Amino acid sequence: MHLRDRLARIDIHGAPYLFIAPFFLLFGIFGLFPLGYTLWVSLHDWTLLGGNEGWVGFGNYTELFNDGYFWNSLLNTFAIFLIATIPQMIAALALAQVLNASLRAITVWRVGVIIPTATSVAAVGIIFTMAFSRDFGIVNWMIGLVGIEPIAWNQERLPSWIAIATMVDWRWTGYNALILLAALQAVPKDLYESARLDGASAARQFWSITIPMLRPTLMFVVTVSTIGGIQLFTEPLLFNPGANAITGGDIRQFQTSAMYVVEQAFTGQRFGYAATIAWVLFAVIVLVSLVNSLLVRRIRSAD
Amino acid sequence: MTTPMTATLPTLTATDEPEPPGRKRRRSRIHRASPLTYLVMTFVVLGSIAPLYYMVVMASRPNSDITSNPPPLTPGSELGNNVTRVFENPDVVFAQALLNSLMVATVATISVVTLSALAGFAFAKLRFRGKNILLLGVIGTMMVPVQLGLVPLYMLMGWLGLAGSLWSAVLPFLVTGFGVFFMRQYVMQAIPDELIEAARVDGASTTRIFFQVIFPALRPAVAVLGLLTFMERWNDFMWPYLTLAPENPTVQVALSRLSGGYYTDQALVMAGTLLATVPLVLVFVLFGRRIVGGIMEGGVKG
Repeated sequence: MHLRDRLARIDIHGAPYLFIAPFFLLFGIFGLFPLGYTLWVSLHDWTLLGGNEGWVGFGNYTELFNDGYFWNSLLNTFAIFLIATIPQMIAALALAQVLNASLRAITVWRVGVIIPTATSVAAVGIIFTMAFSRDFGIVNWMIGLVGIEPIAWNQERLPSWIAIATMVDWRWTGYNALILLAALQAVPKDLYESARLDGASAARQFWSITIPMLRPTLMFVVTVSTIGGIQLFTEPLLFNPGANAITGGDIRQFQTSAMYVVEQAFTGQRFGYAATIAWVLFAVIVLVSLVNSLLVRRIRSAD
Repeated sequence: MTTPMTATLPTLTATDEPEPPGRKRRRSRIHRASPLTYLVMTFVVLGSIAPLYYMVVMASRPNSDITSNPPPLTPGSELGNNVTRVFENPDVVFAQALLNSLMVATVATISVVTLSALAGFAFAKLRFRGKNILLLGVIGTMMVPVQLGLVPLYMLMGWLGLAGSLWSAVLPFLVTGFGVFFMRQYVMQAIPDELIEAARVDGASTTRIFFQVIFPALRPAVAVLGLLTFMERWNDFMWPYLTLAPENPTVQVALSRLSGGYYTDQALVMAGTLLATVPLVLVFVLFGRRIVGGIMEGGVKG
């Protein structure tokens, strides 16, 4: 075999691996390794300054189980997640339907809907925190116009959850609507035409055609929203400006679990324990994703 | 991790089928919009813009106006003054923070776009052992949340001697599963096999084919993926907040520091927020059609 042919063979067989290697190398170091190492750290007494101070097995996990602050953070995370996600999915679905009509200047409307997503989470946190401030915030002023007393949004539990959920929804509803719109446009038009000929109402068409056809995309949108919701961090952090921002309010009324991870790791300097919370949180994400997929699957079998 | 993966797969196959570039045909099949639709959309878009408008109002007022009841609803005349105060603020060097964000986002964008194009091309057009399983691996990586590895990532940066430096903010984001996937989809749609075969017959090596034939043809995809990646990195908060030295932050972290004191200078904070937000929103408005198309094709979350 000539040298030239040999080089060509090496090129054909080797090049693909050469092309994908940087991705897997970098992802391995900065994505996969930290995830696995978190598990290892969580089985140790490990501090920010002192490093590894010995194996504790599942000690951190037992402590976590009895840690009221952790359960409190999990309750807050789920409450905010549910308050944000359910209306968001309904609104996104409705918005996708509206955008699916042949609007004039379609790009203008779509860009208008997606602008919140281009806004940074830090900016959203700051703007909304100001809007929800008790004495001079625009939200209290507006509800005052219809006769509602000013609410101390970041002092009480439910109001703070609602305020934070509002930030999340403002940023993501339009984005999710566009994803659903893309799926909506892939639904064959003939399906609706034959349903119309059979005398199916608009509502019936929606439940029997649109929703089942959107199922995979709905699952995608719900899963991504779940992962984002359970890791919620910046909005509640900025909702409590000041030195103790990480506690999420004076009585931890809106401290999420992601905030609790960071508090334990960097304020409490307990890396091992923080890693434990992180892993439990990861398990929770997987669990909730499973439940989600079961729920979304049920949607199809309902018709 | 099986659930999230199966969750993404159907969307992938949905984008597999080539879509005609023109929107005309699709539009004619869909019912016309009623005046009610325009009314609803007007409210939705007003709702999208209102908080940003509120930001402009606050950024252009003196502090005495902001802490008044009723709150101001129209822009004032203090914008220039507030912006100047942002740049002269002694606690946070805002110009440096802007520059830091620009550098972090640019480096990550160049890396993501280049490496995604390479891997995406390999997955779309080259034959090799283990391709399917590796591709599934790439899709799986989209579901691994970087935040949950933040403790060891922080330690890793310490071992590498990079703690507190801008590199520590960049390194975890040099590749994304989404980028690879996005490029693969585009290559499959836009590049005919004949083009590659012809180049091979001419004796070009795979590397040469990539740089001289494929990469130039990927320009539209590079633009969209580049913009989306830049946006995500410019807007990133959590990891830079943890890893960067307090005196050398990115712009988002600088914002949180501006607003985090015991006494908050709200006009100043809003002016800073405006400075960090307007460039990106402008890019969005200018390249709106392309970005929206990119989002609808893939599904990115920043």
